[in-house]
Amino acid sequence: MNRRGMGRWLLGVLLLAGFAGVWQLQRRIDAQLKASQVEIDELAIRSPKLIKRMSLEYAPLVGAIYWTRAVQYYGDKHRLGDRKLDLLWPLLDIATTLDPQLIVAYRFGSTFLGEKPPAGAGQPELAVELLKQGLKENPDEWRLYYDLGFVYYVDMKDYAKASAAFEEGSKNPKAYIWMKVLAAKIAGEGESPETSYFLWQQVYNTTTDKYIKQNAADHLILMRAQLDLKQIDRLADAYEKKTGRRPTSMAELVEAGLLEGIMKDPDGYPYVLGESGKAELNLNSPLLEKTLMDKM
Amino acid sequence: MRKVWTVAANTFREAVRDRVLYNLVFFALLMMAAAILVGQISIGIEQSVIVSLGLTAISVIGIFIAVFIGVGLVSKEMDKRTLYALLAKPVERWQFLFGKFVGLVLTLAVNTAAMTVGLYLALWAVKHRLTGSDWYLISAVYLILLKLALIVALAMLFSCFTTPFLAILYTLGLYVAGLFAEELRTMKAISLSDSTMRMFRAISYMLPNFENFNVMGAVAHGRAVEVTLLLRDTGYALLYSLMVLAAAAMVFSRRNLK
Amino acid sequence: MASPAIEMEHLSKEYPYGFLHLKKRKSLEDLTMSVENGEVFGFLGPNGAGKSTTIKLLMRLIFPTSGTARILGKSIEDVAMHQEIGYLPEQPYFYDYLTAAELLDYFARFHKLTASDRQERVQRMLKKVGLETAKKIQLRKYSKGMLQRVGLAQAILHDPEVVVLDEPMSGLDPLGRREVRDLILELKKEGRTVLFSTHILSDAETLCDRVGVIVGGKLRGVGAPDEMVGIRAQGMEVLFELASSAKPFPLLGRATKTGERYRLQVAEAELYPALDELKSAGARISSVSQLKPTLEEFFMHLVDADRAQASAVEVSGK
Repeated sequence: MNRRGMGRWLLGVLLLAGFAGVWQLQRRIDAQLKASQVEIDELAIRSPKLIKRMSLEYAPLVGAIYWTRAVQYYGDKHRLGDRKLDLLWPLLDIATTLDPQLIVAYRFGSTFLGEKPPAGAGQPELAVELLKQGLKENPDEWRLYYDLGFVYYVDMKDYAKASAAFEEGSKNPKAYIWMKVLAAKIAGEGESPETSYFLWQQVYNTTTDKYIKQNAADHLILMRAQLDLKQIDRLADAYEKKTGRRPTSMAELVEAGLLEGIMKDPDGYPYVLGESGKAELNLNSPLLEKTLMDKM
Repeated sequence: MRKVWTVAANTFREAVRDRVLYNLVFFALLMMAAAILVGQISIGIEQSVIVSLGLTAISVIGIFIAVFIGVGLVSKEMDKRTLYALLAKPVERWQFLFGKFVGLVLTLAVNTAAMTVGLYLALWAVKHRLTGSDWYLISAVYLILLKLALIVALAMLFSCFTTPFLAILYTLGLYVAGLFAEELRTMKAISLSDSTMRMFRAISYMLPNFENFNVMGAVAHGRAVEVTLLLRDTGYALLYSLMVLAAAAMVFSRRNLK
Repeated sequence: MASPAIEMEHLSKEYPYGFLHLKKRKSLEDLTMSVENGEVFGFLGPNGAGKSTTIKLLMRLIFPTSGTARILGKSIEDVAMHQEIGYLPEQPYFYDYLTAAELLDYFARFHKLTASDRQERVQRMLKKVGLETAKKIQLRKYSKGMLQRVGLAQAILHDPEVVVLDEPMSGLDPLGRREVRDLILELKKEGRTVLFSTHILSDAETLCDRVGVIVGGKLRGVGAPDEMVGIRAQGMEVLFELASSAKPFPLLGRATKTGERYRLQVAEAELYPALDELKSAGARISSVSQLKPTLEEFFMHLVDADRAQASAVEVSGK
C-alpha cells in the first residue's frame, strides 16, 4: 500500500474512532440530562392570541401540533400517576384558538378537564367554558351539547343545566333521538343510576379516542360494582326479614337460597359482607382503591 | 402581447432548467412524506394534519420561490447585464417586466401542481381512497397560487429600485404585514383617536390582504370553499398585481442601468 | 445629403454621488458627433473615458442628463426603430441555461421574421461566427471568446442597418480579432453603418473611415485616422551599439538602453549631427527609421494633459 493509501486508511480509522467517541459522549450526556430532568410542566408562551399571531396563516397546523402535545401531556401524566394536570387547559385553549374547528379537542377537553384527579384535571368549569367556545364556533356540532350536558350532570351535578343542554342539543335534527327524552328525565329526577349508566354506556360505545373509551370503561365497571352492592344489600335485607338477623357472610346468602353462587366483582374478586351487614368490596380488589379515589 | 409571451416562455424555460427549483419541489415532496408520519402521531386528526402540513409546505416553498426568484428576475438581469442586449431589441421595458412576471407565475403554477399531486398521493397512502371532500384541496391550492402571484409582483416592484437584499426584506415584510391587515382594520384601542383609527383603516385597505387567500382551516376539516370567494380573490389578485406591475414598469422605465 | 445614421447633439450624462447625492460626476460632457450612413466609425478612448456611456445612451440603457440623439433620423426613444439596430454589449453575458441556438432564436423573435426565416438565419449566423459545433451547449459553459461571438451573432442576425459594437475585440485572441475585423469589413461592404468602440488603436487605424477620440468625458477630435495623427511629428529613431571601451558622449544621456542596444530619438533636423557624434564615439549604427506617430501616443498625450488639468484643478481648489 502506498503512502496515499495508508493516509486514507488512517483517516478512515480516525473518523470511526471519532464517531464512536461522539456516540459514547452523547449517551452520557443523555443520562445526565435525564437525571436533572425538568418537569414536563412547561409552556413557554401561554397567550393563545400571541401564538395565533405568530403562526401567521398556518394556524391550523400549529393548532394540530398543540393538540398532539395536549394528548401526549395527558398520556404522560396518566402513566406517571401524576395528579396535577395544570397544563391541560392552556394547551387545549391554545389548540382550539388556533383551529376553532378542532372538534376532537373540545370533546377530549370536556372529558378530562371535568374528571376528578387522577383521571382528569378536576376543573369542570373550564370544561364548560371550552365547550361553550366550541359551540360558538361550531353551532351545528350538536355533540358538544351532549358533552356539555354530560359535564353538568356528572361533574358539576347541576341537573337543571344538564337538562337544558341536552334539550338544546336535541333540537338539531342530526342529534341522537333519545336526547330529548334524557333532557326530560333529568329535569324530572335529577341524578339516577340508570341515567348515569346510560350516559357512560353511550360514551363508551361511540367514542374513537382510546383514552376516553378507557375512562368510560373504568366508570362503567365502578357503576356495575355499585349496582351489584346495592343488589346484595337488598338480598341481605331479605335475609334479615327471613331469619331475623343480618347475614355475616356471602356463604350464608347462598345457603339461604338467595344467591346461586358467590358474586364476584368485575375484577373477579368476591364481594364480602361487612360488620354492619352491608355489602362491601373485597379488600384485595383494585376497585376498592378506585372507589376511594373517586370519593376524594 | 406576443413579445410579452416570448419573454414569459423564455423565463419559464430558464426556471425549469435551473436545478434549484427541482430541489425545492423535492423538499416539498419530502414534507408530504413526513406528513404521513406526523399524521400517525396526531391522534384523531390524521387527515387534517396531512392536509394542513401539505398546504403549509406548498405555501412556504411557494413563497420562498416567489420572493427569492421574483427579486432575482429583474436584479439578476441587471447585475449580469443579460438585459442589455435584450433592451436593444424592439421591445418595451414594460413588456419585459410583464413577460418575466407571467413566466414566473407559470413556473409556480407547475411547481404547485406537482406538489399538490404529492399531497394527494400522501392522502391516498393513508386513506386508501379519496372522497368528495378531498377535492376541495384544489381550491385551497388555487388560492395559494393567487397569493404567490401577488408576492411575485411585489418582489419585482421592490427589486426595480432597491438592492436584492432589501427587496427580499421588504417583500417578506409586506407579506407578514398583509396577513395582519384585517386585524389592523378591526382594531379597537381606547387610547387611539378617531382620526388615527380611520388612518389605520385606510392603511389596512391599501395593504395586500393575504388572509383573503387562506382557507386552510376549512379545507383541513373537509369543508368546501365558496365559489364567490374564489372569484373575488381572483379579481383582487389580478387587480392588485396589475397595479403593482404598472408601478414597477413606471419605475423601471426611467431607471439607468449600470 | 441624407441625414446621418447616428446623430448626437450636446449629449451629457451626470451621475450624482456622495452624501445625499449632492456631488455630480460628469461622465459625458456636451458630446456632439455624428456617424454617416455606410461608414465605419471608431470610437476611441481610454477606459472610463465615456465610450460605453455614449453607446449606452444611444441604446436607451441609460438616459441623458441633457442633449438629444437620433438614429436613422428617428428619436432614440422610438422603440420600433430598434428593428434596424444591432447591438453588442461590452463583456456580454447571456442566460446560463440556454444554448447558443436557443438564445439567438429567442432574441430573433422580437424582430419581424417568419419562423422559417428565423430558423434559417440562426443556423447561418452560428456558422458565420464559428459556433456551429457548440450550438447545443449551454451558454454557462462558454468561454469569454465564445460569448463574444454569440453576442456578435445576435447583433447582426436581423440584418440591421446600423450596428453598434461596444468593445467587440475584447476577450478575443488574435485569430478572433481578425475574424471580427473581417466581419466589420463585410458589414461595410453590405452598406451598413458600423459604430464600434475600442481602445486597441491599431484596429481603429486599419478599419475605420473616421474615428472620434474621447478622453475624460469630452470629445477631443473627429476625423480620418491619419488626419488625427498628423498632429505631432515625432522625428527619427536611431538604434546603435557601443563597444565596451567607448567613452561617454553628450547624446548618450538622451538614449535609452535595453541589453546591448541603445535607442535614441532626435528631431528630424538634428539627425545628421547626431549620426556624426555617434560615429565619432565609435558606435555601430544598426538602424535609422522615421518615427510614425501613433494614435496611441496622441491619446496618451491627451490623457496626460487631462490628468495635469485635473490635478491643477485640485490644487487650485475649484
